[in-house]
Amino acid sequence: MIRALLAVALRDLRIAVRRPAETLVGAVFFALALSLFPLGVGASPDVLTRIGAGVIWVLALFAVLLSLERMFQGDFEDGSLELLVLSPEPLELLVLGKCLAHWLTSGLLLVLVSPLLAVLMALPAEALWVLPVALVLGTPTLTLIGAIGAALMLGSRRGTATMALLVLPLYIPVLVFGVSAVDGYLLGLGGGTQLLVLGAMLMVALALAPFATAAALRLAFA
Amino acid sequence: MRFEAHDLACVRGGRPVFARLDFALAPGDALWLRGPNGAGKSSLLLILAGLLPPAAGILRWEGTPVDPRSPEFRARFHFVGHRDGATAALTVRENLAFQAALVGGAGDVETALAAFDLAPLAERPARHLSSGQRRRLALARLLLTPRPLWLLDEPGVGLDASSRARLEALLRDHRAAGGICIVASHGDVALDDPLVLDFGAAA
Repeated sequence: MIRALLAVALRDLRIAVRRPAETLVGAVFFALALSLFPLGVGASPDVLTRIGAGVIWVLALFAVLLSLERMFQGDFEDGSLELLVLSPEPLELLVLGKCLAHWLTSGLLLVLVSPLLAVLMALPAEALWVLPVALVLGTPTLTLIGAIGAALMLGSRRGTATMALLVLPLYIPVLVFGVSAVDGYLLGLGGGTQLLVLGAMLMVALALAPFATAAALRLAFA
Repeated sequence: MRFEAHDLACVRGGRPVFARLDFALAPGDALWLRGPNGAGKSSLLLILAGLLPPAAGILRWEGTPVDPRSPEFRARFHFVGHRDGATAALTVRENLAFQAALVGGAGDVETALAAFDLAPLAERPARHLSSGQRRRLALARLLLTPRPLWLLDEPGVGLDASSRARLEALLRDHRAAGGICIVASHGDVALDDPLVLDFGAAA
């Protein structure tokens, strides 16, 4: 069973490596959109520091959202999704394999560039570790919740906009706790509790989202 | 090993496609689904593969009712539908190796490559295959692991004469070994004395 999960993850990673333009679009959007903020609101460090964590998190949500479409759409069109659904292996595990690959090629890239962007937003030195830690705990949840939306929108034209409406409200808890964890540390209040809540949300998503996604995928063929 | 359907009915988009459909197949049997476009041949195959829930009816394997969505039943059949299931960015060999991991247990990629003479194309990305070659790749899946029931939806589409001959030989071998085939086609793939299920006119 684990072998099948890894086979799915490795396959998706291989595809991602062979289509770098598609894979990197989320991370590049993240960095590019963020670099517009100092231009838009002015380079005054007080303003940037105050809004920094919030802006970075909101853009992280959008970056993940951008990459969700490729999660199942290609497989649905070429018929590989049929193979996943028809496999005797549990579909929930295969979905988890796809989520793992998706996170490694979307969320993880955001985590890696985030210290650089923290500097750009004039966040204090402490943010250089808090922000990546919060993103490491938060972005997998975004992938797992997003997978449900991506699976539900299969087969409908112009799915991306509808998917955003479906998924963004579910992203709010991650956004709230992600921002307050970073801001807590920056204001000297500590954000350990918020980080724990982010971790708890990840655990819940890990346990429940694969079942919802698998159910949605089965519906896509009926 | 007997595979039976009793009183199957199918409704799609609120429209009845077929009803009261029965068949009973013994080892070595082939069932030829025949009829015009839209008559329900593909829908029946989707139902048998568990991708579409039937509106009514029951399937039996060895006399006991089975749910086509159960993992036990999924390990008993191969389904090759309209979509080839070839990922464009992966090579022919990588595609088959991935499918071998999905069929559970050890899939035999080399046998599958040899079956439709895909070995010379093994390292070619599926995106560079012609539609007939992609079809051969889809059919090669049948040889990854032996399974008793083959569900094939228009398997001959796009195949050249020699590939079609290979497919017909494989179907004969499969039946000789006690397998069952259910094939929807417009007669381009020859089956030796098949049972025929006629879907009549399109609704």
